[in-house]
Amino acid sequence: MHRFSLAAAAIAAMFAMAGASLPGAALAETTQAPLKDVHWAFDYPLGMYDQAQLQRGYKVYHEVCSACHSMGMVAFRNLADKGGPFFNASYPNSNDNPVVKALAKDAQYDAIDSETGAPIKRPGTTADYFPSPFPNTTAARAANNGALPPDMSLLAAAREGGAHYIYSIVTGDGTTPPPGLTVPDGKYYDPYIPGDLSSFWTGDPKKVPLGGFIAMPPPLIDDRVTFDDGTKATLNQEAWDVAAFLKWASDPKMDERKQLGVEVLIFLLIFTGLLYASYRTIWRNVGH
Amino acid sequence: MSEHVSTYEPKTGFTRWLDTRLPIVRFGADLMSFPTPRNLNYWYTFGGILAFCLGVQIVTGIILAMHYDASGTGAFLSVERGIMRDVNYGWLIRGLHANGASMFFLAVYLHILRGMYYGSYKAPREVLWLLGCVIYVLMMATAFMGYVLPWGQMSFWGAKVITSLFGAFPIIGGPLTQLLWGGFSVDSPTLNRFFSLHYLLPFVIAAVVALHVWALHVPGNNNPTGVNVKSKTDTLPFHPYYTIKDLFAILVFVILFAVIVFYIPDAFEKVDNNIEANPLVTPAHIVPEWYLLPFYAILRAIPDKLTGVLGLAGALGVLFALPWLDTNKVRSMRYRPAARIFFFVWIFFSLVLGWCGSQEPQGTVIPGLPVGPTIIDYGPNSVTWLSRIATLYYFAYFLVITPILSRTEKTLPVPDSLYTPVLSHGVAMPVGAAAAPETKG
Repeated sequence: MHRFSLAAAAIAAMFAMAGASLPGAALAETTQAPLKDVHWAFDYPLGMYDQAQLQRGYKVYHEVCSACHSMGMVAFRNLADKGGPFFNASYPNSNDNPVVKALAKDAQYDAIDSETGAPIKRPGTTADYFPSPFPNTTAARAANNGALPPDMSLLAAAREGGAHYIYSIVTGDGTTPPPGLTVPDGKYYDPYIPGDLSSFWTGDPKKVPLGGFIAMPPPLIDDRVTFDDGTKATLNQEAWDVAAFLKWASDPKMDERKQLGVEVLIFLLIFTGLLYASYRTIWRNVGH
Repeated sequence: MSEHVSTYEPKTGFTRWLDTRLPIVRFGADLMSFPTPRNLNYWYTFGGILAFCLGVQIVTGIILAMHYDASGTGAFLSVERGIMRDVNYGWLIRGLHANGASMFFLAVYLHILRGMYYGSYKAPREVLWLLGCVIYVLMMATAFMGYVLPWGQMSFWGAKVITSLFGAFPIIGGPLTQLLWGGFSVDSPTLNRFFSLHYLLPFVIAAVVALHVWALHVPGNNNPTGVNVKSKTDTLPFHPYYTIKDLFAILVFVILFAVIVFYIPDAFEKVDNNIEANPLVTPAHIVPEWYLLPFYAILRAIPDKLTGVLGLAGALGVLFALPWLDTNKVRSMRYRPAARIFFFVWIFFSLVLGWCGSQEPQGTVIPGLPVGPTIIDYGPNSVTWLSRIATLYYFAYFLVITPILSRTEKTLPVPDSLYTPVLSHGVAMPVGAAAAPETKG
């Protein structure tokens, strides 16, 4: 079995290297508080999205986040795709889903009048990608004190910690800074943002607070939205739901992937078993 | 095995006609009946696994290319929105292709280590080994260029770091880098030529693989004892004995592959690569993919840029030279107890180099201890100094230890034949035969 343990060690080493190379893992100066200990079903290998939670999360995104953040890779029809917030098995073609049709119609898009060529506005369709709150990044910066609100399509995939990071950032934003920390104008203290606060700290240089500054004002408070399913909209609940929605937005095929994975693995295990039996049969009584 | 006599007999009129014009059926039949040592263990299944990997990469890659837009403005969108969201099963095809590269390298590393352990590079298999080294270098070039294509932050900055290495060469450095970039920085033209080459190189690899397999079929397989095939009883026809064994091994490999693709598809991905390339924002920590990390560590271990680049190239160069550095006639390390220890230490230091490549050069190795006084840019307890020690061993293993050991080592007695029939085991052990060497490998 020695040879198998070697192979296992090689595989382990491969993962260890991949894990060890995560950006930020070895930064000497940058610090960050440990992310908050929250859980979603999708954290687990076979866990799926919770559709009710995605609907609540969409509401938070739509009413709060989307005022500043774009989400240019998600189309309205995606909301009704399998695994999405408004999926309904009665509408296998997500473009037919009435909820999504209604949501799309509320958005306005630039278009050209087909008679005169004049620029006009048209209502959205299910095929449209979510509209951007700003016409361009310069306008976005100008409206946000010089900071660019990142596009949210891949936000959960583009940050170490994913949904956990988003939850921690959103609930940690605006944490009362410890005495001795000077917070610059237009910035907020957030222990979960990777940063280096040493030059803003007048206290014990060995006890520089963890975290950094964020340009986003604390986005959520209790009852910032009203959930349609009657769930009490506490700050933590809103953050939990919107983090789940953003995870869905960055990985909309997760449910499909995990389901297919089970089927593929069952097939592979049976096939491998059969091959092993064939191997043993062919090599029976053959010295080697 | 060049004396392998063809046993193929065309049975129909058509196959008889074809056999005298293009004996392609005979070619396949001879490959299948090829006499193969009967004692090959599972380490010998990686050749088949690698052929499978190349096939997966080419098939998935051709499909991805149908949906990919090789332009600085469109690449990221075509991958992250087009392929990952809108293309039917695009997430699966890309998952197979991106993780397939990691699986390919896992298999090729085990394949190379197997060749080193059992002395498969020694006469008469030097050309086989050299072709393997060529494939490995082509794989690294292909994988590096493929990593640039999604045009995320790590794609862009990785390309910037690696292409800038060519600038270290005197005189030709500048023009060479411009040629690679297709301009004065990494930009759309760079992406276009990388895409073109990334599509071309796999077919070059396939061609060299064909030569590799040809070079294998001239001397025939080495085997765990390293002893030459001496009689017909030493071998079995490749089919069905090794087709079924390889197939079983491939399936076990595919199970691991599937677990990664379906359950941890981003295990090898840097989160920064989910941010579109931005020449104005440098990521906090630029690291190559795991399979290039040991070479990256060697590059950074050497203070001078040009020497570092030459060190990186030399780390591959010594692999090519191995058949002439190790002149010991005993192939398998089963019978070379000292060489075996130095070899395992070399594997250990290669893994250390991999870890070093993933860390910041100024990072500390032993946590809690100070880095210490600066000696050549870094303190003794820094990642850079650990890389330097590991780099030193890496090269010493090939250039000093192996040549000396191959001349001075007292090897264990090598069995007379690669296969001792089961009946003689324990009954009449030939005098001088190694006691159960097969349990030690």
